[in-house]
Amino acid sequence: MKARWFRRFLLPVLAIAMVAASCGDDGGSTSTTPATTVAGPPQFAVGTTMATIQARGKMILGTKFDQPLFGLKNPTNNQVEGFDVEIGKIIARAIFGADGASKIDYQETTSKVREDAVKDGKVDIVVATYTINDARKQIIDFAGPYYVAGQDILVKKANTTITGVESLAGKKVCTVQGSTSLTNIQAKAPQADVSITFDKYSLCVEALKDGRVDAVTTDNIILLGFVNDDPTNLKLVNKPFTTEPYGIGVKKGDTAFRAFVNDTLEKAYADGSWKKAWDATAGKTGQAAPTPPPVNRYA
Amino acid sequence: MGSLFDNLDVFWAGLRTTAALTGLSFMLALLIGVVLAACRVSPVRPLRAAAMFYVETVRNMPLTVHMLLAFFGWPKLGFRYSPFVTAVIVLAYYTGAFVGETIRAGINTVGRGQVEAARSIGLGFGKQLRLVVLPQALRSVVAPLGSLLSALVRNSAVAYTIAVLDIMGRSDRLITTTAKPLEVLIGAALTYYVLTIPIAFGINAVDRRQRIIR
Repeated sequence: MKARWFRRFLLPVLAIAMVAASCGDDGGSTSTTPATTVAGPPQFAVGTTMATIQARGKMILGTKFDQPLFGLKNPTNNQVEGFDVEIGKIIARAIFGADGASKIDYQETTSKVREDAVKDGKVDIVVATYTINDARKQIIDFAGPYYVAGQDILVKKANTTITGVESLAGKKVCTVQGSTSLTNIQAKAPQADVSITFDKYSLCVEALKDGRVDAVTTDNIILLGFVNDDPTNLKLVNKPFTTEPYGIGVKKGDTAFRAFVNDTLEKAYADGSWKKAWDATAGKTGQAAPTPPPVNRYA
Repeated sequence: MGSLFDNLDVFWAGLRTTAALTGLSFMLALLIGVVLAACRVSPVRPLRAAAMFYVETVRNMPLTVHMLLAFFGWPKLGFRYSPFVTAVIVLAYYTGAFVGETIRAGINTVGRGQVEAARSIGLGFGKQLRLVVLPQALRSVVAPLGSLLSALVRNSAVAYTIAVLDIMGRSDRLITTTAKPLEVLIGAALTYYVLTIPIAFGINAVDRRQRIIR
């Protein structure tokens, strides 16, 4: 009697439990060791931030939830997606090993709160379209840059005459009235015709599609969003003429952690995972991955 | 108020554009309005219906929506006009609807006896309108038409949303370069007064001189 109960009831339950345990949420990581051995999680010196994060079991990542292509919370599955998120996953994998991407706790860090989030230890790192500048370096430190945003030019896919800011003389360029984009373009291309301006970029893009203007100019990540909406008709010239280096915010003075993040970035440049991160997110617009910027290990 | 006086040339340039915009639109609007009014009182039913449809469709949508729809919509249909030309056409057909209704009201004030007398001497509908009714009707609506002209000057400001460099368009850009929105907007307001106040006095004078006192 007892044996039959075991065979009929407990065994199936045990079988189901074993199958469930072997199904991780990290894309089916198996419980069997593959032929090419995957090393265990990396070891870090006691006391370093990396060791603290590893011991905690979760890396707290500050990122944007509202920036298309870089950090955007997808309302259908409640996941945050984007290039910044992928960079965060690369760092997490460097701390936890192959399943690092599942050990991230996402916190929304809007532009205004990024410094405080790092300073007060609310997050471990901030990867949130975060431009490196000296004012911010007074409060926190930056690893990277891992991407250089900058003002760029959007044209129709068929356009071959506009190849950069120097070729805008006499062309009609649209941007938003009152923006730094307008000031920059007037400084860098004084011969460009900026008589047609609107109060939002989407109207500029509409005017471009109607042939009223030859180009639209603003930060390349804003323009990428428009390329994403209409990749068959629009393209980015991809020659930014101002520089907004995006960095990874870390606590001020944590030189060991900053060096670790920089090392991780350089490895990602070399082994192709940085390019893979781009192709999976912003690269879906058809925009090829730019050359990764050299990290700045300032003293 | 330094920004205001330093940039008088900007306001002057804007004023010239607004005046051109208003003048051209109003002339077209008058033409449209006369045709519209004639259709509205014509004995031909389809014409009456078409005119009423036109007036109701145009009047019941905000001018700003007309302007933006035209600017971004017409190119999709193959008509791409410059911001200025688009603004003139939109202002003309918009104001034309109101002009049409005003003239129609004027036509209705012309005594029925006039029309009957005209018919009895053998004038057809077209000649009735042209030789008997309209000369009297138009004289009676000079004041309302004048106020429509003044409204057109003020409505023309909407054109700045489609990048026309009129008073508002130039003021908008001036605000960016001077960072003094209040001064610039006061300047814009005063520039509009330069146009609207003389129109008000002028229309009043013309009206008083030629008004038919019955």
